[in-house]
Amino acid sequence: MTIVYLIIYGFLLTAVLGLIAAWIDRKITARIHYRVGPPFFQPLIDIIKLVGKETLIPKGASRAMFISAPVIGFASVVMVSALLWGSNNNLFSSFLGDIIVVLYLLSIPSISIMLGGFASGNPLARIGSSREMKLLLGYELPFVLAILVPVIKSGFSLKLGEIISFQAQNGAFATYASGILALIVCILCIQAKLGLVPFDCPEAETEIISGPMVEYSGTGLAIFRLMKNMLLFTLPFFLIILFLGGFKFSGITILYSVLKYIAFLLVITVIRNTNPRLRIDQAMKFFWGPTTGIAVIAVVLALLGK
Amino acid sequence: MKLTLRALLKSPWVFHLSTGSCNNCDIEILDCLTPRFDIERFGMLLAPSIKHADILLVTGSCNRKSVIRLKRLYEQAPKPCLVVAIGECSMSRGIFIHSYNCPLPLDKIIPVDAYIPGCPPKPEAIISGAVKLIQKIKGTL
Ligand code: SF4
Repeated sequence: MTIVYLIIYGFLLTAVLGLIAAWIDRKITARIHYRVGPPFFQPLIDIIKLVGKETLIPKGASRAMFISAPVIGFASVVMVSALLWGSNNNLFSSFLGDIIVVLYLLSIPSISIMLGGFASGNPLARIGSSREMKLLLGYELPFVLAILVPVIKSGFSLKLGEIISFQAQNGAFATYASGILALIVCILCIQAKLGLVPFDCPEAETEIISGPMVEYSGTGLAIFRLMKNMLLFTLPFFLIILFLGGFKFSGITILYSVLKYIAFLLVITVIRNTNPRLRIDQAMKFFWGPTTGIAVIAVVLALLGK
Repeated sequence: MKLTLRALLKSPWVFHLSTGSCNNCDIEILDCLTPRFDIERFGMLLAPSIKHADILLVTGSCNRKSVIRLKRLYEQAPKPCLVVAIGECSMSRGIFIHSYNCPLPLDKIIPVDAYIPGCPPKPEAIISGAVKLIQKIKGTL
């Protein structure tokens, strides 16, 4: 039964929604530039094309790691998605502390990108990977602090299902001051987790020609791309569960759920299109300085019951 | 036609290599990405690394230093990969034809799939060349 959940919810549903999200993202970007933008099936076509291309393994690379890195990242995204859908739709009774498991699994995609970059042996990929590592250290602290807020508000519950049902009874956490502050921090952190512009210094295409991805071709690149597209759905979904009470699929609330997600995507895309790229030291200062400060304030407010 | 080849024609990512051009052709290529021409309509993107590319755009007169790099890049490109020669220089060496530094035109070095003449070619000409290349592959297969 678990396998079915993993394949249907974790992989198929999330991949379809993620590819649609990637198209919306590219289309909005194009409209902001006054362009027409790609056709609807473009993200899917890109993936199919990459699967059909030759896979090259560079000479100095560590073969096993180079090939398995994309699979590791992809598998963890599938697992996170299955867990989130499971708690959201009450498919199976989840376990105590699944929010911690989700947090860990969400950092594995970054780690897999890092491993792939280091394994490829390319100097540009190494620079990109080391930046990715620093960025991971930077955003993980405020992200965990901000996620403490819904945990505190729901009476120290570490179960996603309980957080959702608590919000169904007492209203979404984003209506409280602490919830709003934590949500802002989380949006900044997922921007870095997704590797989008202000925080895309690990991939900086104009500078270190797409960093850890530089040696990937064919299927490996396809899996990484699909992983990123799925993350574009999964990360906002996680925040919607924590702060906005999750998705509901009965009657007119479907529309409301879709609107919640589209609003998140719009915010992410607009941030990515209206900002310049930060240097890695600026990004670290930003995350460890003001962002952590706001997250601490949010936690204190949550403890005071605001 | 095979599914992956059909997908390739719908999402050709281009890598842009200058082998000693006067930089005018390169600027015309970048023009294709601007809002006015917007080649992302056809699914084309500018690939940052040759390992991601499906089409190698070559501009310039293939001088002795860059021929080595050109060959190496062509070998590193994951196949299937198409080569497009852009501008008079890459087709026949243009005004550099009598130069000591440009021994061979591009198509004597690596196989070329499409030629786009002009000095420099207009962005419209580059887009129409790309469309013709796609039609050629569809027709032959
Ligand atoms: S074809 Fe003309 S414009 Fe293009 S690189 Fe050569 S001289 Fe310059």
